[in-house]
Amino acid sequence: MKEIHDFKLLASHRHSEHYFTLVLRHSPLSPMPPVAPGQFVEVKVDGEPDVMLRRPISVHDVDPEAGTLSLLVQVVGKGTRRLSLLTEGDSVNVVYPLGHGFSVDLPAASRALLVGGGAGIAPLFYLAKVLKAKGVDCTILLGGRTADLIPVRDEFSPFGTLCLATDDGSLGHKGLVISHPAFNAPYDMIYTCGPTPMMKAVARSAAERGIRCEVSLENLMACGVGACLCCVTDTDQGHRCVCKDGPVFDTAKMGKWMNV
Amino acid sequence: MLAVKVHNLKLKNPVLTASGTFGYGEEFADFIDLNRLGGFVVKGTTGSHREGNPYPRMVETPSGMLNSVGLQNGGVEKFCSDVYHRIKHLDTNIIVNVSGSSIEEYCSVAEQIDALERVPAIELNISCPNVKCGGMSFGTDPQMAAQVVAAVRKVYHKTLIVKLSPNVTSIVEIAKAVEGAGADSVSLINTLLGMAIDIERRRPCMANITGGLSGPAVKPVAVRMVWQVAHAVKIPVVGLGGICTAEDAIEFLMAGATAIEVGTANFIDPAVTMKIVDGMEAWCNKHGISDINEIIGII
Repeated sequence: MKEIHDFKLLASHRHSEHYFTLVLRHSPLSPMPPVAPGQFVEVKVDGEPDVMLRRPISVHDVDPEAGTLSLLVQVVGKGTRRLSLLTEGDSVNVVYPLGHGFSVDLPAASRALLVGGGAGIAPLFYLAKVLKAKGVDCTILLGGRTADLIPVRDEFSPFGTLCLATDDGSLGHKGLVISHPAFNAPYDMIYTCGPTPMMKAVARSAAERGIRCEVSLENLMACGVGACLCCVTDTDQGHRCVCKDGPVFDTAKMGKWMNV
Repeated sequence: MLAVKVHNLKLKNPVLTASGTFGYGEEFADFIDLNRLGGFVVKGTTGSHREGNPYPRMVETPSGMLNSVGLQNGGVEKFCSDVYHRIKHLDTNIIVNVSGSSIEEYCSVAEQIDALERVPAIELNISCPNVKCGGMSFGTDPQMAAQVVAAVRKVYHKTLIVKLSPNVTSIVEIAKAVEGAGADSVSLINTLLGMAIDIERRRPCMANITGGLSGPAVKPVAVRMVWQVAHAVKIPVVGLGGICTAEDAIEFLMAGATAIEVGTANFIDPAVTMKIVDGMEAWCNKHGISDINEIIGII
């Protein structure tokens, strides 16, 4: 069940010039609906005249017991910059949980690879946490142009083997994530979120190796619920909404997207 | 207090939702009680399945947005055999926005919708700015507008609302033409044709280059056109364009609209329609108005 809710900002952590995390607390008066890894929220931005539409942001972490929701946000424009200025106690209006998340029903001891780039690492955190709880053996491969473009990387360590790659070699393997030795190890499932060229390369490699793969896409979005049809992507079944049919898609149905 | 009538269409309140902003209603069922709406206008429906335009399809602009979806929909057969059965139980007016590329297509869709018991009205879309064939070209020429409306009138027997384009020199002329051809009501305005450029990438923001502007930015244009048309025709006017609050809705009613449609505001607040219904009732109470019809067209 989706809801519109005024969360209270519990904390805002600035990681770098580019990234920050908002920790939001649900009202104790009502339970928070279940949120699945890979789902997203639409956040209303107040106090910025040019920002009318909500900003879609993937869920970074959820603590159902504490009633908290964490969003790892990249500063990309006026809306996200305004959100970075929020302070503790501020009210944040959120529509959630939205979209179709990652498939997490893997048998225990399955081997999963999670490949994230830039802001795309955000949804992989909660995914890794859920997979770890299911006994899945996770390899978490995160990449960025430079070290400071891979925020909160150390927080992934408890959930699997952490591998890092940077274009400039300032952290971990020097080069793209797909050239990291861990990328080519055998896996039962690959999940990826990040820049489109990275996701396409990961998806193509997974297809060649016969490994099931899910990608989490983003697109310019208005309604967030599949009503306006603004955020479509190409799939093998035609245009599908990133907001409702995605943001997570199985690449077995994304041949058209993968190969363009 | 809020009940109004658009031709034979009885609305429990003047609040409808605009086509293309509310899906098939069910997308909003988690947020609002759909039965509290005066009605909702479902996504533009064409003779056959359409994939719509390539993406990117939207861009946010000051106090508004541009979209160029291009009538993506599953086609009329899919609506009748599938979607209709999921929503027909609702205790509100389901209005189908009917689109096409030819007079034959408009008529064929209208005829199939005519057979649906729980759909008491169609909104004939002769004003979509985002399709190459048909769409707005029917709505920008009075003769063509009259032709398509007259043809649909012959095959469609319930309330026929015709949605007008603001991208014309005189919307009054088009409104009179469709009234003369048998329309029961006109709704206005569809989006204003616009364009935005990403100056860093040096290319248009949308794949289709141009798109339709909606949201609060267009509201004063819409109010003006509603006022002009309401004074020029005898049939009821449905007003839309940037309505976000009950006060906006009342402004349209005063300008001459019998009912209103809420569009882009649904994206900002999925429960906005309920706030508008409640706000209109509160406004009437505050001003001692027992029947909302008292304020329609007072300007």
